[in-house]
Amino acid sequence: MTAISTVRLQREPFDAAAEAKKLTRGRTDIGALVTFTGICRGSESGEPIAALTLEHYPGMAEAEIERHVAEAAERWPLLGVTVIHRHGRIMPGEDIMMVATASSHREAAFAAAEFLMDYLKTRAPFWKQIEKADEKIWVDAKATDDVAAERWAAPRGRHAAE
Amino acid sequence: MTIKLRYFAWVRERVGKPEEDIDVPAGVTTVGELMTWLASRGEEYAHAFANPQIIRAAIDRIHVKPQNPIGKASEIAFFPPMTGG
Repeated sequence: MTAISTVRLQREPFDAAAEAKKLTRGRTDIGALVTFTGICRGSESGEPIAALTLEHYPGMAEAEIERHVAEAAERWPLLGVTVIHRHGRIMPGEDIMMVATASSHREAAFAAAEFLMDYLKTRAPFWKQIEKADEKIWVDAKATDDVAAERWAAPRGRHAAE
Repeated sequence: MTIKLRYFAWVRERVGKPEEDIDVPAGVTTVGELMTWLASRGEEYAHAFANPQIIRAAIDRIHVKPQNPIGKASEIAFFPPMTGG
């Protein structure tokens, strides 16, 4: 099983559709491609925001994502994975990050994409700061994200035994 | 032993700098003890580490728990819970 993976951190915008297409181009073994794109909202809790700034821990952010991509490739029969995450200032409507997973069948592609998203949210060292007209506020981590990530911890032994 | 400390997001803002080199004092052996010691270094540190149970840490770019020994760490980072994705 060779999962070709791409992990990229960048300031610049990216083209999610083109990145997803790269995973399947010229191949006939892939039967399922799941893509998730996180987009900057124009409001938070009903209040308009001017922009979002993403701080990250260079070196660790990339390494942490790569560790989880490797784990996903161990747990599911993936044929390709792409994770791109932006940092710096991002305007409402712009893409923040994407995950794309390719596999022969949809179950693995869906599960791996969700697994990667849940872990990215709680383990990858990125911090969002919301810029409003007159103030800047660090986004609080959500307890629901921790719960979402924890659900992947339980079946680990079962998968490892398969 | 000199190690590099790095701070991110509001921990960085409260401490007032992104990184610094420190000499770990004798008796400080875990990440949690290091946070307690840092909190005693001044007002800005006390503010940053007022609530150590919510601060996350990494040793040489790997997540660790407060009870983790510092060992031969060359870089220790402190930051709030992550909010990427």
